[in-house]
Amino acid sequence: MSGKPKLEPFTTFASVAVPIDIANCDTDQIIPGRFLRKSADDPDYHRILLHDLRFKPDGSETDFVYNRPPYRGGRIFVADINWGCGSSREHAVSVLTANGVRSVIAPSFGDIHYNNCIKNGVLPIQLSSEDCATLRRQLRESPGAEIAVDLETQSLTGPDQTRYDFTIDAFDKHRLLNGLDDVGLTLAFEDEISAFKTKYAAKHDWAT
Amino acid sequence: MGKTLFHKIWDEHVIHEREDGNVLLYIDRHLTHDLHHRLFPLIKAQGLSVKEPDKLFGVPDHSVPTTAKTVDDIPEGEMRDTVVGLQKAADEYGFHHFGMTDDRHGIVHVVGPEQGITLPGITLVCGDSHTSTHGALGCIAFGIGSTEVQHVLATQTLWQRKPKTMRITVTGSLGFGVSGKDVILAVIRAIGAAGGTGYAIEYAGSAIDGMSMEGRMTLCNMTIEAGARFGLIAPDDKTITYCKGRPFAPTGAKWEQAEVYWRGLVSDTDAAFDHEITLDGDEIAPMVTWGNSPQWALPVTETVPDPARESDPLVQADMQASLDYMELKPGMALSEIKIDTVFIGACTNSRIEDLRAAAAVAKGRKAKTRTLVVPGSGLVKKQAEAEGLDTIFLEAGMEWREPGCSMCIALNGDMLAPGERAASTSNRNFRGRQGQGSRTHLLSPAMAAAAAVTGHLSDVRDLMKEERS
Ligand code: SF4
Repeated sequence: MSGKPKLEPFTTFASVAVPIDIANCDTDQIIPGRFLRKSADDPDYHRILLHDLRFKPDGSETDFVYNRPPYRGGRIFVADINWGCGSSREHAVSVLTANGVRSVIAPSFGDIHYNNCIKNGVLPIQLSSEDCATLRRQLRESPGAEIAVDLETQSLTGPDQTRYDFTIDAFDKHRLLNGLDDVGLTLAFEDEISAFKTKYAAKHDWAT
Repeated sequence: MGKTLFHKIWDEHVIHEREDGNVLLYIDRHLTHDLHHRLFPLIKAQGLSVKEPDKLFGVPDHSVPTTAKTVDDIPEGEMRDTVVGLQKAADEYGFHHFGMTDDRHGIVHVVGPEQGITLPGITLVCGDSHTSTHGALGCIAFGIGSTEVQHVLATQTLWQRKPKTMRITVTGSLGFGVSGKDVILAVIRAIGAAGGTGYAIEYAGSAIDGMSMEGRMTLCNMTIEAGARFGLIAPDDKTITYCKGRPFAPTGAKWEQAEVYWRGLVSDTDAAFDHEITLDGDEIAPMVTWGNSPQWALPVTETVPDPARESDPLVQADMQASLDYMELKPGMALSEIKIDTVFIGACTNSRIEDLRAAAAVAKGRKAKTRTLVVPGSGLVKKQAEAEGLDTIFLEAGMEWREPGCSMCIALNGDMLAPGERAASTSNRNFRGRQGQGSRTHLLSPAMAAAAAVTGHLSDVRDLMKEERS
């Protein structure tokens, strides 16, 4: 299968990790709707991530965990159930990448956000609720502790050196490891697509 | 073994299947709105174009002020640029576009079914999570992200993993004052906001059969709030009657061909679902939400729950955070919650039946709160005006606006002030969704109108008792 690398390929990765103790953290919280018309080129784009949790209406900072050193700048988030539920806005991933976040670990993800992460080189890792709670507790207790992720072996190492294995769809893994973009992949299927269309039109003329 | 409705439609659209189970799907219809206007220059920069412009339909909705009738009425700035941006893309690539002065203009998920763009048996996508709405007509319709939107623009296909299937059967029939909104809030309460993650949900059972197309669209609309990208209902006589004669629906021999095919679109009796749930439709009461996730819903007759009664500490913390944000105390009656603003609209509940339900309650009464009524499309607006619903709303002291997303996402100037509390027929009660610091209670159009005329959350069944007997 062809396709050219477009994104930074994901290999092994270690970073300070940030515990986000919010269940059902929807994409409206990750990026409030009023910023949706902002271009990712905006120099202040990174400030939009979790904006209303991080900034007071007057623009000053709250004591939200991601504002506090040494968590600030952490490139791995450990979240709670249903991270990224709600709106399909891909900006919710752009604001993660604008802050250098490359992986989110959570017990479950909103389906659309999960796909959006994969398409932008952000690795969503699903671990059990208990494991995520343990990691968040360790990160709270040891600010600045790191997590190391290895996509090839589908495992990560927690702050206390415990190893956790995770599963990921083979195609998603392939995309992330190679930084591939789907359009590149699909263009190689041109012939198959036009053959399909001929067959489909013959059978479902009403739909074409 | 038999096939589910979902699998029947899915299998017809598979172009290529990989060994790992991922498939390349053909997409029959693609809807787009103003917030995607930046994606067109992006595909152009990659040397790509819109592959099948006749299958792409664009309509501005998120950024249109509900006080504006034309683009020129929108003040200069982001809002106007976004609406103009979509128009420009439509001109350049030649896809269908329903601009602000076109009666067919409205919220993308209202316009699709209304125009016959949405049909049973098709695959339909839009870069918007509530694309699940269209599944009410018996098709595979799902929300996608903007990278996927670009992929569909450039190829009219999409790589997908097949979801698991769940069937939710709603037995019995819905009581007086109970609508599709109450059913879906009861469903989300039962399975949780992540309960449907990874699934396509098919709704079935006598209560669903008895529902109007509008009610079914409300149900499928909020399926994404249960975590599932897809909600769908097998097409029946109602669906087929609904589609017939719509502008983009097939005609003549093509219609005959389609109808024969659509009639076979049911889950086989021996089809296996990965998960099955049954709800008693007779037991569902008018619902309201009290927290910041649609799963925090209760019958309006109940009280604000006490997190202390919850055994799971994570759930407890989540509930408490909601109560703090919403400024509510455990034990208070939900019907005591005072409301500042009522919003009747959004792709969840802005169709003609929704406006009729709200008008039935508003008729002869006066609103005690600021109340915005925003029809889902220009055609819904016209129909409502022909029926005199606008007069009822205006006489009740409510505002009758131009179609659009409006206060559902608060991107067009319609919004709540910090701390303000709304009873809203939209689909998300997330923190800040209707404006920074805003507080949202989700409910049906009839319940929203009841909140407007009483000034607090109220059981519409009590209010309508006299008229009923
Ligand atoms: S009405 Fe609300 S939920 Fe529906 S498309 Fe518009 S913003 Fe999205």
